[in-house]
Amino acid sequence: MSTFAAAVLFLGVLAYAVLGGADYGAGFWDLTAGGAARGRRPRHLVDEALAPVWEANHVWLIFCLVMLWTGFPQAFAAIMTTLYIPLGLAALGVVVRGCGFAFRSVMVRTDQQRVAGAAFAVSSILVPFFLGTVAGALASGRVPSAGNGDPVHSWVNPTSLLGGVLAVLVAALVAGVFLTAEASRRGDATLARWFARRARLAAAGAGAVALAGIGILRADAPRLFHELLTRGLALVVLSAGLVLVTVLLLWRLPPRVLQGLAAGAAATIILGWGVAQYPYLLGTHLPIAAAAAPTPTLSALTVVAAAALVLVVPSMGLLFALQQRGRLGKAP
Amino acid sequence: MQLLPAREQMAFTLGFHIILVPFGMAFTVLMLIAEYRGIRQGDDVALLLARRWSQVAGVLFAVGAVSGTVLSFELGLLWPGLMGRFGAAYGIPFAVEGLFFFLEAIFVAIYIYGWGRLRGWTHFWSGVPVPLAGIGGTCSVVAANGWMNEPAGVVLRSGQVAAVHPLQVYFNGAFWFEALHMLLAGYMVAGFVVAGVYAVGLLRGRRDRYHRLGLIIPFTVAAAMTPLQILVGDVAAREVFHREPAKFAAIELLPRTGSHVPEVLGGVLVDGQQRYGLPVPAAASLLSGSSPSTVIRGLDAVPVDVRPRDDLVSMVHLSFDVMVGIGFLLLALSLWFAVSWWRRRSSPASRWFLRLTAIAGVLAVIALEAGWVTTEVGRQPWTVVGLLLTRDAVTTAGNPWPLLVGTLALYAAVAYGTVMALRLLRRRWAGHGEPAGEGSVSSVPYGPSRTPERRAPIGGRS
Repeated sequence: MSTFAAAVLFLGVLAYAVLGGADYGAGFWDLTAGGAARGRRPRHLVDEALAPVWEANHVWLIFCLVMLWTGFPQAFAAIMTTLYIPLGLAALGVVVRGCGFAFRSVMVRTDQQRVAGAAFAVSSILVPFFLGTVAGALASGRVPSAGNGDPVHSWVNPTSLLGGVLAVLVAALVAGVFLTAEASRRGDATLARWFARRARLAAAGAGAVALAGIGILRADAPRLFHELLTRGLALVVLSAGLVLVTVLLLWRLPPRVLQGLAAGAAATIILGWGVAQYPYLLGTHLPIAAAAAPTPTLSALTVVAAAALVLVVPSMGLLFALQQRGRLGKAP
Repeated sequence: MQLLPAREQMAFTLGFHIILVPFGMAFTVLMLIAEYRGIRQGDDVALLLARRWSQVAGVLFAVGAVSGTVLSFELGLLWPGLMGRFGAAYGIPFAVEGLFFFLEAIFVAIYIYGWGRLRGWTHFWSGVPVPLAGIGGTCSVVAANGWMNEPAGVVLRSGQVAAVHPLQVYFNGAFWFEALHMLLAGYMVAGFVVAGVYAVGLLRGRRDRYHRLGLIIPFTVAAAMTPLQILVGDVAAREVFHREPAKFAAIELLPRTGSHVPEVLGGVLVDGQQRYGLPVPAAASLLSGSSPSTVIRGLDAVPVDVRPRDDLVSMVHLSFDVMVGIGFLLLALSLWFAVSWWRRRSSPASRWFLRLTAIAGVLAVIALEAGWVTTEVGRQPWTVVGLLLTRDAVTTAGNPWPLLVGTLALYAAVAYGTVMALRLLRRRWAGHGEPAGEGSVSSVPYGPSRTPERRAPIGGRS
């Protein structure tokens, strides 16, 4: 039962990492798109691609928080009392990102758009970075079960920094591929090439950091390292393979397949972390079963998860399908 | 040390977010009414209103979504003592809320971004799940709040939650009246605020059909809810009398238990004594138990160690008075509208009606905040009544002041940005010629000025 609840929670993490991550990554490319004139077209695409979906994608974050504090309340309190600095900054970053994006789409003057856009784009890098450091802290066992851990070193450490940087790069990679697909769906070959080039750069960056990460994890989180190379190995290899296939075939594949591959690449590497971490919720000291809420609570969460499967997943599918068919956007 | 900043932060961010809640929950209903009318009767003005409202909703929903996220984080960052100990019970309504929030976010997006791209009725129906999900979400959050006021469905063993009954947690004793009260409040706030915007326009001499309809649709909804709200409020007060005596004593500013209790209007508690209030003899007893001899428990019935401070009691009492006072003012305004409609089939032409309507939205927001202060501050010193004191719920880690300062600065910027964004929208519409405008066609951020490639007639009935 507790394993099931943890799996549901982890599915939420996966969904947020891929879907929410793609939205953050779009902010990365928005930030690096250059001056107002040069960056006009990519930013326009970012705007149109994100506007209808980012809020729905964002709800996965709420889903994760809710599942965590209901299903594993003690662990939630432990995480929050230890990692309050990166989490507090992430919460404020979420506000800056969302408001910056929403305000920009209303503004008309370039200088106003620049302020709102910069707020959106900078926070789009900071939030995944901070959340990545949190993941690193959990994975490397720096959150004590009783909470109130070291407020600084819990997230300023090799594994956390690796997590933060990797989160930003993977988000950029997924977003780059998604936006390439979106551009070619709109028949804009120039823009598709623009994003494809950047997706490849992000892939190269993520690959390099991941390779360096092997050394970091070996020294800093030996159990995670060991499990990743045994139980999680297949997933790690699969993820790397998916990334390779994606960036090599960026030109040849239909948009939908491309998006699936990129999502798969991000999902498998995170799944790898989950598999390596199992059966522990925190580091190597708090097993899932020991942290779980009483059974009726977990049953209630199961009902919620089933309802989500029946109601939310098809609705989300409808939203994405409508968007990909060009049925959603600013009023024509 | 962490208690003061934590409470200030929670109060401030929740107080900010609660203003946006009605716009997620009830504003869509106003749009749907306008759109229904537009499609059904071929009323292009109504359609234009619906379409512009959904642009406003797009901004407000984004701000609401992210400020709501901050609250989720804060539950852990500020109140780990609450979440760690009671998350297994208290979290359940939030899990349900998450589900509704998903649906709301998805269909709000389809509705807002489907204008002119989905066909008329398809578009209309894509919006229908939004208010339904809004109702579900609001009920769920209120269920969590009700549980703090009247905890149920948990079995404790040596201070730890040992067993949970999820349905009893959700449908706790305070759930029904609190949820109804909040839902109606949401519709009143959205209705009066939107109506107020058009009342200002009418006062400035823009007496076209666009402005009149923009006033009538939301005002009708709000005015219909107001008498219901007074009734529900009365029921709620009596439930609080029966079930939450300490809060009721604070509401009534009542130091000592007794019968023939006067309803004190205004006034504060100083050194345990009522001061400066205007007493209406025996009214409080009469309202609570329909007899002047009804005994009401005063603050002296609350054990000393958990008795609320005088200033908190005064705050609860005054907030309650403000809420009720505004409620009756809005009721009077609604009746004025109803009478005029009944006699002449039109809203009152008096400039005073417009002036009052222009401030009705602000008043409704103040009443909303006051009601929330009543229920939250009225629960102190408890976070979960009888189970968890606020000082035991608060975080023990770090210094919350920097977070509070950062949050205040950021929210000030967000409020400024929101107001500016809404004003920009209005200016853009004005530039397009008020009633005949085609919505926004030119201004996409950083975008090439678009030639509207697929301009459908308004409402997309092509």
